[in-house]
Amino acid sequence: MKLRDFIVTEAITPELAAADRDGAIRELVNALSRAGALPAEAVDEVVGALIKREQNGSTGFGKGVAVPHVKHAKVKKMSGTVGRSVNGLDFAALDHQPVYSVFLLLSPDNQPQQHLQAMNIVFSNLQKDTFRRFLRQSTSREAIADLLDEADQGK
Amino acid sequence: MPSASKEIVVSNKLGLHARPAMQFVDVANQFTASVMVKKGGEEPAEADGKSVMQMIILAAEQGTPLRIEAEGDDAQAAVDKLAALFESKFGEED
Repeated sequence: MKLRDFIVTEAITPELAAADRDGAIRELVNALSRAGALPAEAVDEVVGALIKREQNGSTGFGKGVAVPHVKHAKVKKMSGTVGRSVNGLDFAALDHQPVYSVFLLLSPDNQPQQHLQAMNIVFSNLQKDTFRRFLRQSTSREAIADLLDEADQGK
Repeated sequence: MPSASKEIVVSNKLGLHARPAMQFVDVANQFTASVMVKKGGEEPAEADGKSVMQMIILAAEQGTPLRIEAEGDDAQAAVDKLAALFESKFGEED
């Protein structure tokens, strides 16, 4: 599986307007919905599920990145997007540091293997210092999309 | 240095996703022993049992055999408690 198999380019948000976790989650889910990846009427429910998931345990696993994710019946096809926060977000991260890059992932509720593979590819890249650094420095949707392409090609 | 290991199979339906991975790491960190988790099969991999990111990268789905290895004074206790997490299916279902 590759990042570009499920990351929706049109939903990539190079500069999040939101200044807090819940706002950023809503902004990214709205972007996915506008790009056609999620029906508009499912947005509130999915946002609620993502926030509940964060409250149960932060997906801010450290190093300035967070990966809010949820499996939900209203999600018909796995999709994801990337948001960048210039000033950093409080995700109650494990290392107590602000989050600058958010990978948001929506999965159907009946395909756990696919979900694990997507998490695998996201985290394999997020573990790389260079990937995280370039992501923080990518100021446009095109630059982020290019970075994902390069990651998929194993560069 | 004392060491211990145990073979287990991922039995919870959703596999080793983020929440169980974090639960595992929390328990692993209660011990001074180092903990490694090794995955066999077609795509062998190993992870530091004290790193959430590495544990998630294992992407161990239901049915995956794993080997938990610990090294240190409390290695046996660590392995026993970590294996018990899998046996309890991380409190996930049924």
